[in-house]
Order: sequence, then C-alpha cells, then structure tokens
Amino acid sequence: MHMADALLSPAVGGAMWGAAAGAIAYCSRKVRSDLDNRRVPLMGVLGAFVFAAQMINFSIPGTGSSGHLGGGLLLTILLGPHAAFLVIASVLVVQALFFADGGLLALGCNIFNLGFFPAFVAYPLIYRRLVVGRSGGGREVAVTIAAAVAGLLLGALGVVLETVGSGVSALPLSTFVLMMLPIHLAIGVVEGVVTAAVVSFVRKARPEIVESVRETRPLAPFPMRPVLALFFVAALLVGGLLSRFASGNPDGLEWSIARVTGKGELTAPTGGLHGAVSSLQGKLALFPDYRFKQPPAGPKPGDARSGEAERGSGTSVAGMVGGVLTLLTALLIGFVLKRRNTSG
Amino acid sequence: MAKIETTFLDFTYLDLLAEGETAVHRLDPRAKVLATAVFIVVVVSFGRYAVAPLVPFFLFPAVVVARGNLPAGFLARKLLFVLPFVLLVGILNPLFDRETALTLGPLAISGGWVSFFSIVLRSILTVGSALVLIATTGFTGICLALERLGVPQPFVVQLLFLYRYIFVLTEEAVRTVRARELRSCGRRGKGVGAFAPLVGTLLLRTWDRAERIHLAMLCRGFRGEFHVRRAYRFGTAETLFTLGWVGVFILFRLVNVSAILGGWITEMLQ
Repeated sequence: MHMADALLSPAVGGAMWGAAAGAIAYCSRKVRSDLDNRRVPLMGVLGAFVFAAQMINFSIPGTGSSGHLGGGLLLTILLGPHAAFLVIASVLVVQALFFADGGLLALGCNIFNLGFFPAFVAYPLIYRRLVVGRSGGGREVAVTIAAAVAGLLLGALGVVLETVGSGVSALPLSTFVLMMLPIHLAIGVVEGVVTAAVVSFVRKARPEIVESVRETRPLAPFPMRPVLALFFVAALLVGGLLSRFASGNPDGLEWSIARVTGKGELTAPTGGLHGAVSSLQGKLALFPDYRFKQPPAGPKPGDARSGEAERGSGTSVAGMVGGVLTLLTALLIGFVLKRRNTSG
Repeated sequence: MAKIETTFLDFTYLDLLAEGETAVHRLDPRAKVLATAVFIVVVVSFGRYAVAPLVPFFLFPAVVVARGNLPAGFLARKLLFVLPFVLLVGILNPLFDRETALTLGPLAISGGWVSFFSIVLRSILTVGSALVLIATTGFTGICLALERLGVPQPFVVQLLFLYRYIFVLTEEAVRTVRARELRSCGRRGKGVGAFAPLVGTLLLRTWDRAERIHLAMLCRGFRGEFHVRRAYRFGTAETLFTLGWVGVFILFRLVNVSAILGGWITEMLQ
C-alpha cells in the first residue's frame, strides 16, 4: 500500500505533499490547542508501539498466510483523529527513511492515503456514528470492521488514482482497481477483526483508557468543513495539474474524443462536468487503448513526453552506450573518492 | 523470526552510520535535505520512457556515499530488498504497452520494457538517495532541518519522540515474539485469539510507560519543545553543497549527458 517515488509524477506527488502538509499543519494547531502536554509523550510512544506491534505476526485462518496490524484505526480510536493523524504521519516518515517503505516524494500520497482516510473519514463518519455508548460485542466488531474496510478501500483507491494520474505505470485504471480493491477488502476485514479484538482486550483490562479518550474528545459534531475544503483543494490541484498534462498531449485528447464519440452513452454524463474532471477522464480513458491499438504507420501514439520513443534507433543505441558509460563514470568517481577518503 | 531481527539490526546500523564524522556528516542537515528533495523531484520529472538521461544522476549518491564513507555493499543490499515491491507494479508495463519503441538490430524493444527499465532506475535513484540522506544526516538531524524549514513544532516533537522509543518498544516486541515462538509448536498459538492479548498487553505497558515518561519530563521542566546540543549553521559549505548539486541536477535535466557521450563514442568507432 505504500507508494514508491518511481511510479509518481512530480505534479501528483507535489499536490499530495501540499495536501498532507496542510493536514499536518491543521492537526498540529489542533493538538497544541486542545490537548494537555500529557498527551505529547503518549503520542510519541504509541507511534513506536505501532512499529513494535507490526513485528508481531498472526496467522490468518484458512489461508495459511500471516498478517500484522496496520494500526491506523486503532490509533484513531485511542487518540482521536487529530493526534492519530500526526502519529500515523510520523510513522510513515520513519518507514520512508529507514525501511524505504514508500518514497520521500510519495510521502504526501502515503500520509494522505493511510492517515487521512482512517482518521478523518472512516473514524468520524462510521466508527463514531455507529458505536454508541459502551456497546462492545458483535455490533462493535461489525462497525470496526466496516470502518477499517472503508478506510483501506479509500486508501487503495487513492493509490490507484495517484498512480494512474502520474502516468508512469501503463496499467489501465480498471485493471488496477480490480487488482487493488479485492485485496484491500480482505486486508480491511482482517484489520478490523484485529483492531476490535485489541480494543476489547484493552477495555476489559483498563476500561478508563478507551472511555477517557472518548470523553475527552469534544462531543460536538465533527467539523466537516476543513475535511471538505481539503478534499476540494486536493481535487483542484490534482485536476488542474493533470488537465495541464492532458492538454499538452494532443494524441491523448484526440483519442479520448474518438472514444467518447464512439460510445455515445458516455458523453451524456460527462458532458456537463467541470473541465478538469473531463480532461482527467480523457487522461484515464486513454490507457485502455494501449492494448487494442494496432501499430500505426504514422507517429507513434506514445506519450508526448516520450522523447526516447520518437527518435530513430541510431540515437537509441547512442543513448544506451552513453548511459552505460555514464553509469560507470559516476561509480568510478565514487570509487576514486572513496579510495582517497580511506587512504587520506 | 530471523527476518524481524535483521530488520531491526539494519535499523540500528543505519542509525549508527549517521554518527560518522566526515565533511558530509558535518554539513547542516538542511543542505542535505534540500539537495535530496530537489534530486528526487528532478529524477521523477522525466517522462515515462526516459532511461539514458537518468543514468548521470547516479553521480550524486555515488559521491555522497564515497565522501561520507558509507558502506556501499550494505546500501546496495537494502536497495535489493526494496526493489521487488516496485517491480511488481512495473512488470505489468510490458504487458500493457506493446508499441515498439526502439530497435536494436533484429531486436524490437516495446515501450513497456523501456518504461519498466525507467521505473527500475527511478526506484534505485530515489530510494538510494533517501537511504544516503538518513545515513549521513541521522533522524534527529532531519527533524531539526524540518523544523527550521517550517514544519509545525508539534509534529517535529512527535517525530523525535517516536524515534526515541522505537528502539525500546521494538526490543520489547522482539522479546515477545521470541517468547511466543518458544511456546508455540508449529502454528499453534499464532492466531488472532492469542495475538490480541499479546498486542493489548504491549499497548497497556506502552501506555503506562508514557505516563512515567511524562512525569519524568515534568520533573525536568518540559515545556513542549526539545533541546539539542549540536548547533548547526548554514554557512559557505552548505550553500556551495546545495547550490552546486542543484546546478548539477538542472544541468542533467536539461542536457542528456549519456546521449552526448554515447554519440561521441559511436562516432569515434565509425
């Protein structure tokens, strides 16, 4: 679920960095004003706890495979959305730096996919709404599973949209969605079961932990405005940047127009939508064509950015020779510097 | 089991590497964070089919590894460990993108394979530069750089706290896993039924630890911020490092060094 830099474009990565940074700034302000500083060490130590808990595996019955706790929903249940979002983001920073689990540019995407959806969508809209009082038992398990599944599916959808929007991977949207959603549905169910089990264990042993968190949170209805504003900004950013890409790509537009006119029923729903959305669709609709397109005699229908593909084979060979040589040179410079370093 | 412990050992080893005393280590963390950020953005800004223009970028990690006296073999092993995840998605490119992009004599290479190699190169470069950054700067250094660059303080405090206790709690988890391993024959006792109390107990202990830490911090006058001993300064060396590398990256972005070099070589051979 952690995205890597290699599949991202700077536009998408940058936009998601902006969204994540905004959310972090908002949560930081919230945490500073809301919480007493007793929570400061608690947040830090619970972040470390997520790492520790992820080292403990359990076997999933019937499949022979094993899984571990993701922890996003558990943290949100224990800390409330704002503090939990910061903790999840900090865990992702450490994973990106030390375990190369997700890249640095992809950090924005990962924080958004893995932190925002469980903390600000699944928890307030599903968990808080449906777990009432000190219920416990079957209802709570069901609600926890639903929240975990919703968070993970939204996150997986985010991964798909960000990857396809970046255009480095050639995977068509539909195939990618079909690959990601069933897997994350299963993972979500497991995550929900485990989260519910841990929460109910903690409640039995130390009921005040779960209850106190619930009571110290402001009981006012969850403010949807910042959430919606954030979504809006992210959508605008991504849409705007993508449409700029798409409009700089006449091939893609031609294709999408041909495709849309070929299937008349598609024009009606998309016709009235915002320009950014339709060009996003145009961008997305061009991918399935890769499979069926016959090699044409004219210019290749590759990406407009594909400088490599447009050139003749002569320059390609030169590029390969040069590439190998440059790589050797770079490594040689490193090697020489290293020798000087150790001898000097 | 063995895997958990090697992951943990790698983690501590990367942390130790940051204790080095080379010119690269002594640079203000901000310089390294900025250079790495520009590096990654420039590398991923290339089009889907870029392969040759990416290669010169190996210069940056190679030079920093050398000047920072980092163990290249260890970093390469870490990279190999990470690659399969990216390859899993990248390997689908050749299936969906079958246009012939270039021909080498009788061999026709499809756009999918070209973009696949591009993805491999990108991931080596981006992951490699992140590893190099952490190995020369250390987590605390990076956090300080982030704070000076405007990241909100509660988040920086959170990062520092998290980092401080990862070692303590993961050791505890390793002990727990080992204890369970010794008591469970085959797969017995590894289901969700035993997992929840195990993790729940760890959580409760963590919670109590947080309260003790808080009391200890209050005793020492904690007011919501961390103090560090090492003072950094963004001086001439830092300016040169940042501007120099950013210049190099922009040059590599604009000029296809590999193609020019290759052009010379093939011309000379003819």
